[in-house]
Parts: sequence; C-alpha cells; structure tokens
Amino acid sequence: MAIDEKNTTRRTFFKTAGLIAGGFLAGSYMKPFTGALYAAEEPKGKGKWYGIGIDLEKCIGCGNCAKACKAENDVPLEPFFFRSWVEQYTIKNDGTVKVESPNGGIDGFKQSVPDNEIMKSFFVPKMCNHCATSPCEQVCPVGATFRSPEGIVLVDKEYCIGCRYCVQACPYGCRYLHPIKKTVDKCTFCYHRLKNGLNPACMDACPVGARIYGDLRDPNGVMAEFIKTHTCNTLKPHLNTRSKLYYNALSQEVR
Amino acid sequence: MPPQINRLLILFAILIALFLIVRHFLVPASFGDLGHYRANSLIDNADTLLHPVKYRGVKSCEGCHDSVIALKKIGPHVNIKCETCHGPAFKHIKNPKTDTLLVPKTIPYTRFFCAKCHTKNKARNEKIIKQIDPNEHNVDMACTDCHNPHHPLKDLK
Amino acid sequence: MEEHYRGLYEALHKVVGFIYPNEIELNWSILIVLYPYITGLVAGAFILASLERVFNVKALKPTYVLSLLTAFSFMLVATMPLISHLGQPQRFYEIMITPHFSSAMAIFGFVYLWYLMVVLLLEIWFDYRKDFVIWSQEKKGILKYVYKALTLGISDISPKALAMDDKLGYRITVIGIPSAFLLHGYVGFIFGSIKANPWWSTVLMPVIFLFSAMVSGIALVMFVYILVNYLRKTKIDMLCLDTIAKYLFYILIIDFTLECLDQIHRIYEAEESFDILYILVHGKLFFTFFIMQIFLGTLVPLGIIGTFQFYRPKEKIRKIFYAAVGILVLIGIFFMRWNVVIGGQLFSKSFYGLTSFKADFMGQEGIGMAAIWVVVPCLILTFLLWFLPPWKKMHEEDVAEETA
Repeated sequence: MAIDEKNTTRRTFFKTAGLIAGGFLAGSYMKPFTGALYAAEEPKGKGKWYGIGIDLEKCIGCGNCAKACKAENDVPLEPFFFRSWVEQYTIKNDGTVKVESPNGGIDGFKQSVPDNEIMKSFFVPKMCNHCATSPCEQVCPVGATFRSPEGIVLVDKEYCIGCRYCVQACPYGCRYLHPIKKTVDKCTFCYHRLKNGLNPACMDACPVGARIYGDLRDPNGVMAEFIKTHTCNTLKPHLNTRSKLYYNALSQEVR
Repeated sequence: MPPQINRLLILFAILIALFLIVRHFLVPASFGDLGHYRANSLIDNADTLLHPVKYRGVKSCEGCHDSVIALKKIGPHVNIKCETCHGPAFKHIKNPKTDTLLVPKTIPYTRFFCAKCHTKNKARNEKIIKQIDPNEHNVDMACTDCHNPHHPLKDLK
Repeated sequence: MEEHYRGLYEALHKVVGFIYPNEIELNWSILIVLYPYITGLVAGAFILASLERVFNVKALKPTYVLSLLTAFSFMLVATMPLISHLGQPQRFYEIMITPHFSSAMAIFGFVYLWYLMVVLLLEIWFDYRKDFVIWSQEKKGILKYVYKALTLGISDISPKALAMDDKLGYRITVIGIPSAFLLHGYVGFIFGSIKANPWWSTVLMPVIFLFSAMVSGIALVMFVYILVNYLRKTKIDMLCLDTIAKYLFYILIIDFTLECLDQIHRIYEAEESFDILYILVHGKLFFTFFIMQIFLGTLVPLGIIGTFQFYRPKEKIRKIFYAAVGILVLIGIFFMRWNVVIGGQLFSKSFYGLTSFKADFMGQEGIGMAAIWVVVPCLILTFLLWFLPPWKKMHEEDVAEETA
C-alpha cells in the first residue's frame, strides 16, 4: 500500500509537471500582445499593401485631383457625389474654424475671410482612406464591399443591394449612392489603372506632388520614407479604423 | 411524438431543404474564394472595358508634341503633366484632328483657369507657388498674352 | 432625375456650416424610420401577449389573441419598407444566401424568418388548431378546404391533444420572449454599433429601442382593442383595458428613464460631438424631439395614466382617454424613431455643420410609399379578424361538449 501511494504521488507529479512544461512550450509560440497600432503596417503577408500619403504643406487647393477623379471614373458632375474632394480650413484670430468645399474644390477656392482675420489657413484633400479595418466593410450585409489582397477597399457593383449601411458607417464621408447605377460608389484607387501599371488619376493630376502612394510593406519605398521624414497623422484615429491615408502636417482642427 | 410536432418537423425540414437547394443555384461563382466577397469582382474592377482609362500620361503626348514637352521640361511647370491642364487624352489619341483637347485661350476663361492655382490665398504657400491678385494683375489681358503656359517665365514681356 | 437634383440643390443652399460633400443626400429616409417602428410594434404586441401566457396576468386574457394577430399582421409587412428602400431591391435575397456575419443587418433575414415562422406562426397555429378543425367541419365551399389545409391534416381535438397544444404554445411563447428582444434589439444594435455616428453610437441604443418598442406595441393593442370593440358594438372588458394601461405606464416610465439617461450622459460627458448635437436638438429637431416625442408622446400619456392610478373617472371617459393615449404614444414613438434615424443624418460627421431634410410625397422614399406600409398591415389585421375571429374561438369546455 505504501508503494502504491508513492507511485501515485510520482505519477501525479510528472503529469502536473508535464502539463506546466507543455503549457509554457505552447505559450512561447503565441504572439506577444501587440496593443493598438495606429500605423497600419502588416508585417506578415506577401504582395503589395498600398498606403497613401498627402502632404498638406504642399497642397495649393487647385482642385485638379478632384476634377481628374471625376473625369477618369465617370462620377456624376453634380456637386453631391464625390470620390475625392478638397476642403479649405480657415482658422480665424478669434479661434473659430471655417471649413469650405465649394463643389468639392473642383473649381478652385476663393479666399472668403480677409487676410487680417486669418490666423491660419490650409487645404485638405480628402479621399477614401482604404482603412485596414474599415467599418464600411464590416457592416456590409451581403459582402458587396471588400478589401482586395493589396489593401484597396472596393465595391462589387454586381452584388451591392444599395442598402447604404456602409455609407452610414464610413466616418470620413467617402461613400455615396450612385444616382443612376443605384449601387454604392467610392474611390477605387483607380484599380483599373493600378492593375495596368498606371498611377491613380488624382496622383498624376497634382501639380505640386502633394499626393503619393506606395507599398507600406516596402522598407525602402516612398511611403516608408514619407512616414519617417514627416510628422504624419490619420483622420479620427480614436475610431481605430486603421486608416492607410497618412497626412503630413495635419492640424488638429481637421475632421 | 405528438402528431403536431411530427407534422411541423416534416414541414420545416422540407422548407429548409428547399432553401438550401435554391441557395446553391443563387450564390454567384467565385464567392468566398478570397474572403466574404465575389472574387471575380477584383477582375471586374480592374477591367478596362468596364472602366476605360481616360488619362493616358505624358508618354502618350510624346512623338507628336515633343517640342512643347522639351520646353516644359526646363521651366517651372516641369512637374505638371499635360493632361492636368488639357484634360484626358483618350479620345484625342484615337482622333487627333476631330477630338481636340482643352486649350484655354479666351480672356475670362484663361484668367479663371490659371487663377485656380495662382490666385493669392493665405492658404497657399508662397514658396510652393507664385501668386497674383487677379483683380489687379493686368486685368484686361489674357494670361497667355504675356506668359507661355508651358514655360511661364520664358520671354516674359 | 432633375426633380431629384432640384431637391438636392435646395438642400445645398440650406446647409449650415460645413458638411462633407457626400452628406447632402440623406441616405436613410422615412422608410428606414418605418422599419424599426413596425418591428417594434410586432415585438411590443407579442410581449403583451406573453404577459398573459407566460406571466399569468389573467386580466389580459381578452387581448391575448388580438395581440398575436396584430403582431402577425405587422410582421408580414415588416420587411417591405426595407426592401422597397434598397437601391437594387431585386437583389434582396442576397442577405439570405450570403449573409456577412460581421454585419448586424445580415442577421436580419434569419431573425425575421425565425420570429415569423417559428414564434408567431406556430403560436397562432397552436392556439387556433382546434378552431381550424371545427371550422373545417362547419364551413362549406373553399373555406372548408382552406381551414382543412391549415390543420396540416391533424383532426385530433381530444383533451389530450389540446393539452399538448397548450403546452407547446406555452413553450413557444417562452422562446418568443427572448426572440422578440432579439428581433428588436438587433435593430437598435444596427444603429448603436456605428462608431462613426455619435448620435447613434451608444450602448443604450438596443435597450432604448426595445423598451420603446414594447411601449408602442402595447399602445397599438390597446387602441386596436378599443377600436374593434367600438366597431363591433360589444362590451369592453375594463379590467383588461385598465391593466394594459397600467403596463403601458410602467414600461413608458422605464423607457423615459432610459432616454433621459442617454441624454444626461451625453450632456455630462460633453464629448467632441456635443456642440453640434446640442445645436441639432435645439434647432432642427426641436419640434420632433421636445414637442412630439417628449411632450406629446411621453409626458402627456404618463400624466394621464398616472392620474388614473389615483383618481379614476367613469368608464366612458377612461376609454376615450385611453384611446387618445394610445394614439399619442404611437405618434410619439414614431417620432422617436424619426429623431434617431433622420436626426443622426442631419449633422455632419465632421461636426462642423448641419444639412436639411424634406420628405417627398411621391418617389421611392416618399411619404406615399411609407403610408402604404402602414395601411397594408391594418388591412391584413382586418382580414385576419374576419378569417380567424378571436370571438368565435371555441373554449376547451365547448370543444369537449362538441366531441363528446
């Protein structure tokens, strides 16, 4: 009887010890907790992972990007539908903020506040942020909007039912219901150009080179360079959409 | 099992089976291949028959308009692509004589056109772009009367 | 199209401050206000029925079947405002065949089917089965065969079978209560989970939707009960009516408390979006929020029924006031949905401005279309009251006599 007891104790010991050791071994293979990442790099995975960079110190508010976008993508010309547009921010001396976007900035801007009242003024081009965890893709009930393997958020025009849930979910106002096609439309990053070795129309149209794009996974690419050498911010980071549109010199008044 | 439940179970089994059969035929091909979407949509979105490429790039202007391109290369407008001012070239490449591009020449139009970039605006950085006040700068003239649009500082009167 | 753009140009001129260019056109209009309203009526009417069946509030027996039929009539129509508002309505089936489960809207198809087929239909069937058997024997002509088909071929109405009906019906009702919560709670979640919109994005949204649904459903049954008895010139059971009003009172208090909590929390925290929301509520939403939803839709009904708890006027006067309360609550809860859906789109997500909304009469999203989806369920209910008359139902004792 004494011998049995000893065996049981030893067996129990080895069992317990084995479990603990195995647990440590298994645990060592698990990823360390990474916490919230605002930069949307995806270290794993092959292929391109597109990001966008816009330098607000360079933008002159000419509206050529918005104009080229509408021309290239057959967006209706009425001032209610934009895949890409430009906003002008004027912060007055009394602290109030005035934001304007007449026809999305396509016809240019007029200075509407006299010089002596302006503390600061700048232009902000807007477009789809092609978020890495886009809320628009999350809420689509049928799977008509999705993220391509390169990180471009697209709409399947053949499948979209036009419920507009994604339009409500986008925090940046990038989507609209196409008035004729009656499906949701948005910036496609000129996917048809991208896949044929061309740049998106807005990138080419910018006369001062304020817009760039590239592979976020490339450590030697233009995006890595841009992010390293500028102080970049994304819009509404508290919503954790993991936006891939990095602005240089994004002032805190911009929404 | 009570007859009520029996009948109901049969009824529901038939309805569910019908649903699954109909579903099999309705779900589009390639759905689910890459994620919860129709993978063929990637092809649709990249299709240049569905989405024609309108802006063709500077390369498409070369060969016919070389002198202008060469002039632009040595001036301050070097980084501005041709189609940015002239509009998309896709039609013009096919029918150069009939489908001509935007060439702003009349007075109000050209002043509006160049003013889009060059109007004085506190939001524009002077170091990035030269600016004038269109209400004061040679008001009765077209911009092109003095400035060559492809090299605005060349032979300035 | 020109007509459509004209409306948008008008809205453009009425923009206050700055909105994202794409925000001029309101995407979710009256039909999307109507959808949660109708599913709310369904859930609320069902909860009233379950109060009698599961929680044994005997006083509510006269309205048990009426509640079920009301819930059923509105449930049949519930999905129509959604489908008719889609940009591509002919593709509506896609929600059923490829639901994207990260989307709250995707479960709509299944929750709806579950609630309609398993809960409502089955409960009504279990309750009416014996009547189908008897009516299929009594009636002649086509009706005979219709009732026969509805019996699913079972003609057993022995006490044992009836007891089984009762047991199964009870179990369905028990399942039905959380199902009703799910049916309307998920609608609240559809709005509550949109982080982009601070007017919608609150944890309380599903709960508020649920309680306001219960309020609207109870008010609807109360009003229908009064109306049906008035039209049939029959005596109303005042104990039942008083009890319905009492439950309406209690649940309305809870609903009002939740709404107040939501607003107080918003005012106290005064987050980034507070300034524009303050302007919204005191400006464009003033009439629909303070006057219609809060004053007429909540405070006046609370005042009336609250007074009746202490001072009880004559039966005739009570009936008139109850009918008025029913209508006020129904209108108030409609405007609650309006304030959520339309209100949430009237301010810009940039928090820098407001747009405007004008409801069209005609058109896909017009008032006319919305009116259709309110009138049709009433017509269905009228038909059901003729086809499955609750007052002609046999009670257990009568059935035993018939079959003896």
